[in-house]
Amino acid sequence: MTLFIEQCLNGLQFGLLLFLLAAGLTLVFGIMDLVNLAHGSLYMLGAYFAATFAAWTGSFVLGAVLAILATLLVGMALEVIAMRRLYGRDHLDHVLGTFGLILFFDELVRLIWGPGGLSLPVPPWLDRSIEILPGIQYSAYRFAIIVVTLAVAAFLYVLVMRTRVGMLIRAGASNREMVGALGVNIKLLYTLVFGLGAALAGLAGMIQAPILTVQIGMGENILILAFVITVIGGIGSIRGAFVAALLVGFIDTLGRAFFPQILVELLGRQAGSTAAPALSSMMIYILMAVILVVKPQGLFAANSR
Amino acid sequence: MRKALLVASTALLAAVAANNPAMAQQKSVKIGFVSTFSGPVASIGDDMRNAFELALDHLGRKMGGLPVEVVYEDDTLKPEVGKQKTEKLVESDKVDFVSGFIWSNVVYASYKPVVDAKTFLVIANAGETRLAGENCSPFIFSTAWTNDQNPIAVADYMNQKGVKSVYLIGPNYAAGKENLGGFKTAFKGKVLGEDYTTWPSQLDFSAELAKAKASKADAVYMFYPGAAGVQFLNQYAQAGLKGSIPLYTTFSIDSLSLPRQKDAALGVISALQWGADLPNDANKKFVGDFKKKFGTEPSFYAAQSYDAAMLIGSAVAGVKGNLADKAAVQKALEKADFKSVRGDFKFGSNHYPTQSFYMQEVVKSGESYTQKTIATAEKNVPNPHAKQCSMK
Repeated sequence: MTLFIEQCLNGLQFGLLLFLLAAGLTLVFGIMDLVNLAHGSLYMLGAYFAATFAAWTGSFVLGAVLAILATLLVGMALEVIAMRRLYGRDHLDHVLGTFGLILFFDELVRLIWGPGGLSLPVPPWLDRSIEILPGIQYSAYRFAIIVVTLAVAAFLYVLVMRTRVGMLIRAGASNREMVGALGVNIKLLYTLVFGLGAALAGLAGMIQAPILTVQIGMGENILILAFVITVIGGIGSIRGAFVAALLVGFIDTLGRAFFPQILVELLGRQAGSTAAPALSSMMIYILMAVILVVKPQGLFAANSR
Repeated sequence: MRKALLVASTALLAAVAANNPAMAQQKSVKIGFVSTFSGPVASIGDDMRNAFELALDHLGRKMGGLPVEVVYEDDTLKPEVGKQKTEKLVESDKVDFVSGFIWSNVVYASYKPVVDAKTFLVIANAGETRLAGENCSPFIFSTAWTNDQNPIAVADYMNQKGVKSVYLIGPNYAAGKENLGGFKTAFKGKVLGEDYTTWPSQLDFSAELAKAKASKADAVYMFYPGAAGVQFLNQYAQAGLKGSIPLYTTFSIDSLSLPRQKDAALGVISALQWGADLPNDANKKFVGDFKKKFGTEPSFYAAQSYDAAMLIGSAVAGVKGNLADKAAVQKALEKADFKSVRGDFKFGSNHYPTQSFYMQEVVKSGESYTQKTIATAEKNVPNPHAKQCSMK
């Protein structure tokens, strides 16, 4: 039972982290109609910035704040310099253009920081395990991730549902032309949304940095999951991204934790332990396929009118 | 007309091919070196290249009186890319030797074109067991080990230490399965569980670590080469397992990853056939000059690549540069007439080294972390797959 609760916490933590990435992706995709493969590069930059700034300032929190600000700025600059040229073009052009950006950022990071990667140590006050429920020890850092990401999710909810900017964002997700026709400065809105998405990706990268290592290409694997979440949740919907991210986080973690045992029981040790990793990593995609068949718009489609 | 042209050109080709051995006046020694030079594990490839270049410096950039030319190719950690690059080296660069290879799955995809072209393959790391056993070849040599050898040494050591139960975690690819499989053949206690994770994409081991903790095993044994080893150790500490369950490993800690693993690696025990602190003259020269030239301590990948270059150098010198005589080159390689940085070195019948394995523990000296040799696990053991190899 303790093991089950611990695995659920792991799933929750992973899901919330994926939400940070997917939220930015779904906003950009939904509002700007832009497929941004380079979202993972912003995640990587967030991690590199955090490791660098934390080493400079000697403070984890200060490094994190600076890293988020820096990715926000990089994101806004990226929108102004590169992304603007892609609006109104074919999705294939988006894919090609932003794929080029991935290569660009990977090489840029190699030039600046070298190929070896960096490490961002967990601050001492989080580098231990705490008893969150009687008898259940859990990593303090992972618990902090859960708290911080939930706070960010709440902030996003208030921002999108309760403020004027949020109203424009939602309006942009449902009907971009109309928002522009009503005299809203859509260019500025796009820059802000893209910057916000970049900052969220940067935050995700910064949060992952102490768990994983900071290295070139770290954003590419996790980006695939973020796309799956966008598809499951419905393009442009923050709420959808939240639900789908938790779903994917739980399925991935619990699948890895308990599926192999079940398979070993069913198929015997040799076949079971070989097939289990492959099958458990397939489960997310099976979920996506089912959702696509049942609700092709995703769970919470933003532009369903 | 067309047919005649075809026949003529075929004849011409045949003539050229037949002529080749006669053109024995070799102008240079050409070596292809396949490793990973991009992405997160590029630092391993760079370390291997540095060591290979250092060996060439030590040889005066000549082998058997001939100048040496090395073509480095990047496998990008993908078997299919490694195969293409290897084919290019053999078919269009016409290299005399192919060396390098970090990854078992890459070398297993790539060895055939080399062997089919009767070119010599000197593996500097990848320990795919089938190349030492049923798929062994007169053209394949290794300056490393097979994937199961080091884990067997660790298991023997744990048996001696009286470890009763263990939990195993490793990546789900050829080397991961052979590594944990080798461990299981030698470990006398109970294996309470084993997890294979998706390679190389899975980097969060929280689910597996939670299971290991719940199993209440005496020890955890894991295998994660490259950056994944850094992540595993960080997460091991964060999950509160460090200090409560002793950790054993192979190939997951080296001089490239230690500066990032730091305290998380302290006290972790592993087994290798080489250590930077082994007190033989060849090793002192290698480690000293490596540090001087590149500013870092060499990794075991570097040590094996250095030996690979020295082995090739000794063979070319042994046949006095006449590389067309394949049988003679093979004999010269088998002799292994060079001073290995690991000390004693000789080949078994399957062209894999007969060698000793040492236990190493991560210690902190001042501000830096190193692996210290603490015991000899096995002395001069032959490669266990020689029995399955048809070469006797």
